[in-house]
Amino acid sequence: MLNHLWIVLALPLAGAAINGLLGKRWPQSAVNGVGIGSISLAFLAVTELVREFAELPAGQPAMNSYFPWIIAGNFRVDFALRVDQLTVVMLLTVSFVGLLIHIYSMGYMAHEGGYYRFFSYLNLFMFFMLTLVMAANIVVMFVGWEGVGLCSYLLIGFWFLKKSAADAGKKAFIVTRLGDFGFTVGILLLFWTFGSIDFGAIFAKAAAMPAESMTQAGILTSICLLLFTGAIGKSAQLPLYVWLPDAMEGPTPVSALIHAATMVTAGVYMVARMNPLFSRAPIAMLAVAIVGAATAFYSATIGLVQTDIKKVLAYSTVSQLGYMFLGCGVGAYAAGIFHLMTHAFFKGLLFLAAGSVIHAMGGEQDMLKMGGLRKKIPVTFWTMLIATLAITGFPPFAGFFSKDEILFSAYAGPYAIKILWGVGLAAALLTSFYMFRLVFLTFFGTPRFDEKKVHVHESPKTMLVPLVILAILSTAGGWFAAPKFWGGEDFFHGYLQPVFASAEKLAPAAELGEEALHTLELQLSGVAVLVALIGFFVAWWMYIRRPKAPENLAKSLHGPYTLLLHKYYVDEIYLALIVRPLLWLSTNVLWHVVDEGLIDGTVNGAAHISRRAGGQLRELQSGNARSYASWVVIGAVGVTVLLLVLWIRMVP
Amino acid sequence: MSAVPISYYLVLSAILFGLGVIAFVFKRNIITVFMAIELMLNAVNLAFVAFARAHNQLDGLVFVFFVIVVAAAEAAVGLAIVLAIAQNRQSLNIERVNLLKF
Amino acid sequence: MSLSFILFFTFAGIAVLGAVLVIVAREPIHSALSLILVMVALAVLYLLLGAEFIAAVQIIVYAGAIMVLFVFVIMLLNAGVEERTDWSKLAKYAGLPLGGFLLLELAYWLARPAIGSGVAHAATRAEAASSTRALSEMLFRDYLFPFEATSILILIAILGALVLAKGDE
Repeated sequence: MLNHLWIVLALPLAGAAINGLLGKRWPQSAVNGVGIGSISLAFLAVTELVREFAELPAGQPAMNSYFPWIIAGNFRVDFALRVDQLTVVMLLTVSFVGLLIHIYSMGYMAHEGGYYRFFSYLNLFMFFMLTLVMAANIVVMFVGWEGVGLCSYLLIGFWFLKKSAADAGKKAFIVTRLGDFGFTVGILLLFWTFGSIDFGAIFAKAAAMPAESMTQAGILTSICLLLFTGAIGKSAQLPLYVWLPDAMEGPTPVSALIHAATMVTAGVYMVARMNPLFSRAPIAMLAVAIVGAATAFYSATIGLVQTDIKKVLAYSTVSQLGYMFLGCGVGAYAAGIFHLMTHAFFKGLLFLAAGSVIHAMGGEQDMLKMGGLRKKIPVTFWTMLIATLAITGFPPFAGFFSKDEILFSAYAGPYAIKILWGVGLAAALLTSFYMFRLVFLTFFGTPRFDEKKVHVHESPKTMLVPLVILAILSTAGGWFAAPKFWGGEDFFHGYLQPVFASAEKLAPAAELGEEALHTLELQLSGVAVLVALIGFFVAWWMYIRRPKAPENLAKSLHGPYTLLLHKYYVDEIYLALIVRPLLWLSTNVLWHVVDEGLIDGTVNGAAHISRRAGGQLRELQSGNARSYASWVVIGAVGVTVLLLVLWIRMVP
Repeated sequence: MSAVPISYYLVLSAILFGLGVIAFVFKRNIITVFMAIELMLNAVNLAFVAFARAHNQLDGLVFVFFVIVVAAAEAAVGLAIVLAIAQNRQSLNIERVNLLKF
Repeated sequence: MSLSFILFFTFAGIAVLGAVLVIVAREPIHSALSLILVMVALAVLYLLLGAEFIAAVQIIVYAGAIMVLFVFVIMLLNAGVEERTDWSKLAKYAGLPLGGFLLLELAYWLARPAIGSGVAHAATRAEAASSTRALSEMLFRDYLFPFEATSILILIAILGALVLAKGDE
C-alpha cells in the first residue's frame, strides 16, 4: 500500500464520480453502496498503510511521486504523495471520522432530495482532504486546500434553492479566498527563496538557514505570516471567521465533517507541517499564538448567548481552533495536533448529536423551543453529555488531556507567554459555561414546545451507531497522553517526534527541571478542571436552579447582551466597510467605466467607425452618371499628371 | 512651303479632347453626351494621324481606321440603348438614369 | 505665312469653333450639326497631313453614317431642350476646372519639342497614291486578324442594336 498511495485517493474520487454521474436514478441503497463502500475501502487502505509504515525504519517518510504536473523553467511540480507520522495521524482521523459521518448521513439525509448529489460531494470532499493531507509539496497541498473549499461551498449550499444557504456558500468561498491570496503569495515566496516547493527539499534547506529572531524579521517570517493568513481564512480565525457560523446553513453532517472535524483543521495541519519554518520565525509564531488565543476567547463570548444549537457549536469550533493555533504558536505542535484529533472526535460527536436532536424535533434548531428531551432521546443525550464533558476538559475524557497540554505549554513551555495562558483559561471557563448551558437548555427542564405537535423520537440506528462510536473515542481518545501524568511516556508526542524534531531542537531550554515541570503541569491541570467546574456550576445555577436568571441578567446587562447576541456587529461592519465599497467600485468603475465604456466602447466603436466610413463611402455610388463622369475625369487628370511627372524625369 | 509642325496638330488634338471632356461632364442630354464621346474619339484620331505623319509610318492610319469602325459599332449599340432608356424613363436627362445606386 | 499654315489655322479654328458650339448649343440637333462641322474640318486636316484615305473614310463613315444615325435618333426621340437639373454637385463645380486643367496640361506637354517633334512634310502625289495602296496592303497583311475581328464586331453590333431597339414585344 505504501507504494500505491494513489489508491487511497482514487477510491473516494471514484465514488464521487460514479454517484455524481450515474446516481441520479439509482435507489438509495445503490448510492449508499458506492458512497459508503468507497470510504470504507479507503479507510481499510489507510489502516493497511499505517501498518506498513510502522514497519519502516523510524524517521523516514514514504514518498510516491506519480507524474510531473507543471514544468515551467525552474518551477517543477510533481504530483507526489508523502506519508510520515503526522500524515498518519491526520489520515486516520480524517478517514475514520469521515466514514462515521458518511454512515450517519444515510439516516439523516434519507428523506432529502438530491441524495446522490450529497454523497457525491461528500466523497469528493474526502478525496480533496486526503490529497491535502498526503501532499508532498505545497502546491499539491494547495490543490487539496482549494478543493475542500470548493466542496465546502457545494455542501453548504446543498439546498441551493434557499437563498440563505446559497449566500452562505458564497460567503464561505469568498472569505476563505481572501486568506488563500496570502497563501498563494506565500507559495511564491517559498519557491523564490528555496527554489523548490517540495517539503523535503524546503526543510533540508531551511535547516541550514539561520533562525530569525524577534527583532529581526526576514524572508522566513514573511513566508510564514503569509501562509498563516491562508490558515486564518480556512480555519476561521480572527478576522476571517465570519463564514463559519453562516456555514451552518448546510446539512448537519456537513457541519460535522467539514466545519468541525476536517476541513477547518487544514490550517492547523499546514502550520504543523511547516514547523521547521515557523520555528525559525519567532514573530510568526507569536502572531499565530496571539491570533489563536484571541479567537478562542472572542468566539467563546459570542457563543454564550446564541440560541440556535448549531450556531453555538459553530462558535465553539472557532474557539477550539484558536486553541489549536495557540498550541502551535507556543511551539507545542504535537499538542496542537493532539487537540485537533480529540476535537474531531468530540466536536464531530456534538454536531452529529445536535443533528439527532434536530431530527427528533422535526427540524427545530432553536434551543429556546426545546427542553426536557433527556428521557425521550436517551442515546443522543448520553453521547452529547460525554462530548460536552470532553470539550470542557473534564478528566478522564479526551479533551482534558489535549487542552491541558496546550495550556501548560502556554504557561511554562519553551515559548510560553503567560498572558495567553490566562486568555486560554478564560476561554475554557466560557466554553464550559456555554456547553453546559446548551445541554441544560436542550435536555433538561420542562419542554418548551407543544408536545402534541412535535413527535419526539429517537433517531434510527444508522445515526446512533456513529454517535456511540464517537462517544467511545471521546472518552478514550486522550489516553495516549495519559501515562505522562504518572511520569511515563507521552505516546502521542513520542510518535510525532520525528516530524517536529527540528522545531524542538531550536526551542529554548526549559527553565525548570523535569520534576518541577511535572508538578507544575499537575497544578495547572487542577486549575483547568476547577475552572471547568465553575463554568458547570454557573450554568447549572442559571438554567436549572433559577431558570429566570438568564432573562434577568440579559435585562440588566442589556448593552453587552445585545452586542454579543449580534456577534459584535462584525458582519454589519464588514458589509459597510468592505462589501459595499467593493460593490460600488465593481459596479460603477469596473462595470460601467471599464467594461461598458472602454472595452465595449472600443469594440463597438470600431464597428461604429467602420459603419460610418462605409456609409460615407457608399454615397459615392449615387447613380448619377455625371458624377461618375466627373470622377473619371479626376482619375484621368491624376493619371496623366503622374505619367507626365514621371516622364519629366525620363526626358533630359 | 514650310510645313506645319506636328506639335500644332497635337495641341489642337488636346484642345478638342479637353472640350470633349467638358461637354461630357456638363451636358445633360444623353445623346449630347454620346456626341461628346465621339468628339473625344475624333481628337484622338487626329493625334494618331499626326504621329503617323511624324514618324512616317502607316500604322497610325490603320489604327485610325479601326477606331472609326469601332466607333460606328459603338454608336449603333449605344443609340439603341438610348432608345430603350428613352422609352423606359420617358426622359432624355442623363441624371434621371440613376437607379444603380446604393 | 505659307498656304499650309493658313489652311491649318482656318480649319483648326473651325474645328474648335464647332467643338465649342457642341457644348454651348441648347438643342441637341444643333450639337449634332456642330459635330458634323468638326468632323468635316478634321477631314480637311487629315488631307493636310497626307492621309487621304482616312479623310475619305472620315467623311463617308463618321460624318456620313454615324452622325446621320445620331440625327435620326434625335429626330425619332424628338429630343428638345433638356430640363435643368444639377443633381451632381461635383460635376457642377469641379467639372469645368478639371476639364480645363486636363486640356491645358495635355496641350502644354504635347507642345514640347520632345514629344511633338518632327515637321509635317508636305504630301507628294506619289506618296498619296502609294499611301492608300500601302495602307490597304498593311491592312490585309499585317492587320488581317483585327480586320476580320472588327467585321464580327460590326455583326454583333447590328444584332445588339436590333435586339435592344426592339423593346418588349
